[in-house]
Amino acid sequence: MATQQIFSPLPGIFYRRPAPDKPVYKNDGDVVAESDTIGLIEVMKSFNEVKAGAAGKIVRFLAENEDAVMAGQPIAEIDV
Amino acid sequence: MAIKKLLIANRGEIAVRIIRAARDLGIATVQVYSKADKDSLAVRLADEAIDIGPPQASKSYLNQAAILAAAQATGADAIHPGYGFLAENAEFAAAVEAAGLIFVGPTAQSIRLMGDKVAAREAAASAGVPTVPGSEGRLESEEAAFALVEKTGFPVMIKAAAGGGGRGIRIARSAEEFHHLMPQAQAEALAAFGDGGLYVERLIEGARHIEVQVLGDGRDVIHCFERECSLQRRRQKVWEEAPSPSLTQAVREKLCSSAVALAKAVNYRGAGTLEYLYDDRTGEFYFLEMNTRIQVEHPVTEMVTGIDLVREMIRVAGGEPLRIRQDEVRVGGHSIEVRINAEDPARNFLPNPGTVSALSVPGGDGVRFDSMLYQGYTVPPFYDSLLGKLIVHDKDRPSAIRRLERALAELSVEGIFTTKPLHQALARDADVKAGRFHTAWLEPWLESHAAALATAQPPSAVKVAP
Repeated sequence: MATQQIFSPLPGIFYRRPAPDKPVYKNDGDVVAESDTIGLIEVMKSFNEVKAGAAGKIVRFLAENEDAVMAGQPIAEIDV
Repeated sequence: MAIKKLLIANRGEIAVRIIRAARDLGIATVQVYSKADKDSLAVRLADEAIDIGPPQASKSYLNQAAILAAAQATGADAIHPGYGFLAENAEFAAAVEAAGLIFVGPTAQSIRLMGDKVAAREAAASAGVPTVPGSEGRLESEEAAFALVEKTGFPVMIKAAAGGGGRGIRIARSAEEFHHLMPQAQAEALAAFGDGGLYVERLIEGARHIEVQVLGDGRDVIHCFERECSLQRRRQKVWEEAPSPSLTQAVREKLCSSAVALAKAVNYRGAGTLEYLYDDRTGEFYFLEMNTRIQVEHPVTEMVTGIDLVREMIRVAGGEPLRIRQDEVRVGGHSIEVRINAEDPARNFLPNPGTVSALSVPGGDGVRFDSMLYQGYTVPPFYDSLLGKLIVHDKDRPSAIRRLERALAELSVEGIFTTKPLHQALARDADVKAGRFHTAWLEPWLESHAAALATAQPPSAVKVAP
């Protein structure tokens, strides 16, 4: 198993939940498929989904909910 | 009490606009900023600037305690909220006054009253201002709803009481459709919002968006005529003008007096806007809501009336009575404003923050560019996409449109995609030139002109972000 990172495709605010009153998309340790959504990036008031991009198991999130992130910043680690 | 030092609790182009107005009045300025706005034009222009927190608006521009602390720390005696953020937050307006400071805007009570849809409708009705026919509150049963639509007539919109922003709206064009849609709407509202409450409103098809600018000092109110903002995408205005190309003089007078009557009824203080739907086939207008703040599109009114609305609202907040009488407000020529956003019209208006590598700003007679840009500025991704507004003024509407085309050709923002090509295409459009549009006109137009917009902005002009 190799560990790789999931990068933010855009600069903005990172959210781990689809809405404030909803559960998080994924938790540390969750198994994900390539097309699974792991979070949202808010860019200029528009919301963009972040996909896992690879099948595997999430080791941990590197960015917290509502963190300001840059494009290319790692937001999670995944074992593939 | 005249204001000596004004704190600007906002960012972007409106912060720049307020700093300029304050400076023209000889008032010192304090600009608050989030960490993402440390290098903003407003921070550069203000006399003082103070950090109020991290980039997230919830932790900076919406953080009331941080803003009040910044005012105390810098010795500001007044706060201008701009638009958005805390501009229409009654609790904030009250907190500013409780801290012994001046809130540049209406009283907390006016904000609260106009912010409540039902209360605003009632205030309008008692001031004799027509509202869209519909239910006064939520409807619990299909029978009650049907009894009402038999009076309003079809078509009607069925809206979820707990919905918003266009969500959960259904349109019924006949009694049969109404009986078919009503149970669906109720079930959907319950599932989506946990609340099956509905209300019903007459749908005014093909209506235009017309709004009246008012100025009050808490005793007297004047209007500064109307703006038309019918060109909208997803309920966001993209092109605004004054005067409206669709009003007759008789309707204009009726509309503007109705706005003054309503603003007077609530002893309005400061700059405000009353929004209406206007049906140009019947000449009827309907009050929608009042915005208790300065609006993005205020410059078109300034260009045609010669009144500096931001300066006037600051003067009134400082305790001066209105200096302009109604009969002194006159409209000269025609003005158009287009919003220059960091969005790519070729890719479904995808927002694109980034660095402005080169900038050329239009100028010459009758051209104004209110923006937050400078060469080398990096537009942060955390806030809305408005970069600035290009405003033109000329003797009549056809000349203003030609001047707009000229000014757009002079404007060059390199490094990021903007909505400039959209406005160039609109300025050439026969319907736009003839003033033939309504609030639902632009979205289908964007679909039918997608191919032309896709090639309008050469990617070579833009350094694509990594």
